[in-house]
Amino acid sequence: MNPEPNPQAGDSVHFTVDGIDVSAAPGQSILEACDVAGIYIPRLCYHPDLPPGGNCRVCTCRVNGRNVAACLTPAAHGMRVENDTTQITDDRRSVIEMLFVEGEHPCPYCVASGDCELQALGYRLGLSAPTQPYQWPARKIDATHPDITLDHGRCILCSRCIRASRLEDGKTVFGFDGRGITMTLNVDAKGGLGDTQMAAIDKAAQVCPVACIVINRDSYRVPNGRRRFDAAPIGSDIEARRTS
Amino acid sequence: MTAQETTVLGFVKDAGSDRSRLLDIVEAVQGRYGFVSDDAVQAIARGLAIHQVEVEDMLSFYAFFDRQPRGRFRIRLSRTPVSIMKGALDVARAFEQALAIRMGDTTQDSAFTLQWTSDIGMADQEPAALVNGMVLTGLVPGDVAAIIGALRQRDQGHEPAPGKFQNSHRNAIPKREVRSSLMQAGPLLMLNPAQETALETALCLTPDAVIAQITEAKLRGRGGAGFPTGMKWRLTRKSAGEDHIVACNADEGEPGTFKDRMLLTEYPDAIFDGMTIAGYALGARHGLMYLRGEYAYLWQRLQDVLKQRRAAGRLGANICGKAGFDFDIRIQLGAGAYICGEESSMIESLEGKRGAPRDRPPFPTERGYLQQPTAVDNVETYLCAARIMACGADWFKSFGTAESSGTKLMSVSGDCTRPGVYEVPFGITVNELLDLAGGEDAAYVQVSGPSGQSVAPKDFGRRIAYEDLSTGGSTMIFGPQRDVLDVALQFAGFFVTESCGWCTPCRVGTTLLQQGMQKIVDGRATRADIRATEALAETVTRMSRCGLGQSAPNPILTTMRNFPELYEARLRPELFVPRVSLEEALADAVRVQGREPVTETV
Repeated sequence: MNPEPNPQAGDSVHFTVDGIDVSAAPGQSILEACDVAGIYIPRLCYHPDLPPGGNCRVCTCRVNGRNVAACLTPAAHGMRVENDTTQITDDRRSVIEMLFVEGEHPCPYCVASGDCELQALGYRLGLSAPTQPYQWPARKIDATHPDITLDHGRCILCSRCIRASRLEDGKTVFGFDGRGITMTLNVDAKGGLGDTQMAAIDKAAQVCPVACIVINRDSYRVPNGRRRFDAAPIGSDIEARRTS
Repeated sequence: MTAQETTVLGFVKDAGSDRSRLLDIVEAVQGRYGFVSDDAVQAIARGLAIHQVEVEDMLSFYAFFDRQPRGRFRIRLSRTPVSIMKGALDVARAFEQALAIRMGDTTQDSAFTLQWTSDIGMADQEPAALVNGMVLTGLVPGDVAAIIGALRQRDQGHEPAPGKFQNSHRNAIPKREVRSSLMQAGPLLMLNPAQETALETALCLTPDAVIAQITEAKLRGRGGAGFPTGMKWRLTRKSAGEDHIVACNADEGEPGTFKDRMLLTEYPDAIFDGMTIAGYALGARHGLMYLRGEYAYLWQRLQDVLKQRRAAGRLGANICGKAGFDFDIRIQLGAGAYICGEESSMIESLEGKRGAPRDRPPFPTERGYLQQPTAVDNVETYLCAARIMACGADWFKSFGTAESSGTKLMSVSGDCTRPGVYEVPFGITVNELLDLAGGEDAAYVQVSGPSGQSVAPKDFGRRIAYEDLSTGGSTMIFGPQRDVLDVALQFAGFFVTESCGWCTPCRVGTTLLQQGMQKIVDGRATRADIRATEALAETVTRMSRCGLGQSAPNPILTTMRNFPELYEARLRPELFVPRVSLEEALADAVRVQGREPVTETV
């Protein structure tokens, strides 16, 4: 039996995901360690270039019998993580369904179709059509910016743009407004996005997982049918790293 | 610079131009102007050198802040199953008629805004209302004319609207009183000269010995979760930090609870003793009390107590002559958000942010308020801690059960003849509590509020204790005349209003659960609908980020388990019933055309 690793001393820790051994560098989250190991944990609000937000809860795994968000939970030695189980997949599909009915997500005519992480997760998790009632929120389109369209109906409140604008762009263009089911994305100017410091080259404009923040005159550079998730299901790139 | 800008920047300066005091700044603006204008938001942002979107992110979160001007008098009626059983709907109708407006609206002269609010901590004396921070209780429709008359008189006299700082202004507003409602005092609340010296006794010990005594007494958190207090204090003490923080959770927002209101009114010194003892034990210099916005009427009284304690050397430098023990307490007033009773949300709110919960780890004991190790404990827990110091661990353990030592304060309300606060030993059965409160006819009891469980008569022999029915104290009694499913629907609506919105399952799930429950209550649900609502409820429980979302489905799940026959009774036999009722969808057309559609029979 090997001695307990000491993460403070830089030792890697070992844990299992659905019975598969995974090692993690000190400080890595469960999700990061699994990405390296080629085990895909479905996620939506997580972005590799940003600190985790914990908003969507899609990456929820069962760890030692408790449900936790894999993006926020540090890998610890000896953890027993359940990721790919029927119940977890059902719960994740249900969460994706909630996002579909909360906002406006008309995949067939949406500019992001094929390149949308929400749509791709719907396919990957086996969501055919929502059974819950559509909420039809009265959200607006903000077209005040010359280079960016902000379509609030598509927003899934993942906070990626909020984090990116504050931490990567140093601008704090975005924030939340309100609470609960009436919560929306807010921008740092009464007059709309056009009155903020936002630029199309900002990180905040690149990280949107859906078609809420859309760069104008750029949408059909890659035609439908040849986009990221048209070729392979979401997560395939991570799973391709798996060696054993 | 406009006059308003100057005033707002003055508020920013009063708060030390400290970003973490944003809640206080916005409260001052709201109190002065009745709303927070765009200009005020910009002035605050400039004063703190932050973005306006950050100010809006915070202030849009809280129910007591407005972006638009509303009435000079804000009448907020408490809407809970208990207030409704006591006649709140009739009181609301009387207000609507007297003011000629609907709930949610403002009168044309901008004098009154009428609205519903979540439970305001007066379940023992409902129907109750907040009027600009004043509390009116025991309302009946007949009171309304006199209340509005008295408020109008103030309005015409150009007196300032009574805010949280003008509590002393006695006037003729009827029903402006809050009864103490202490119905049964036990060892914790009974006067005992030794208890006066709890702080002095603690200061004679080492901090480790204080923690050891709390641990020995087996004190557990009185908010309901029951975490061992001694362990929490030990973990906080040994966490490294520039400072350690003692935080008192006085945000009792669970519908049906009001025991902390009674404690804050009648035992403030003992609570502050407990916090100061914790300060000594943790090596903390700063204590924070988070007082729910609904209890703003207690603000001045509590400040006065703090002032007296400073004068008496029980707060400040070298407390009670103990060289090097410096500790003081600041009270943070909340602004209408149930979620802030969750400890990590409370810490976010204390830092002047929206009350969104944090993911754990790290736990507050490692990194809490401003990243410093923080012990967050309930009001009642601090009272217990003070008593344990005064009377000893063995005394404390002589009450209660093996796993739940001491006594518990129960807030009892609803269909009973003697609502109020009862101090009972842990281990008391639901039946015994019902006998005390005069609720023998109970058809069921909601234990620990909507986030707790609906307990049916077959379980009235169960015990109030961490090892059986764990509770923060809220006990709502429902008689046989009440509609169990309708109450569950009301609780579902409560969680829709109070979900913080941060995570998907709670933000969206609470609304979908309310809609599913509505269909059931309306008698339009099929067996498949009920199964779908149950499955959704379980998903929300498993996937939500914090305790609010994890417990929001409890009223639905526990009534499904305990009262399946009531769900059966409302079932539609069809395999499928559409969400949209054809009759309702056509109702407008039928009314306009003046004729019923013809139903074709095959």
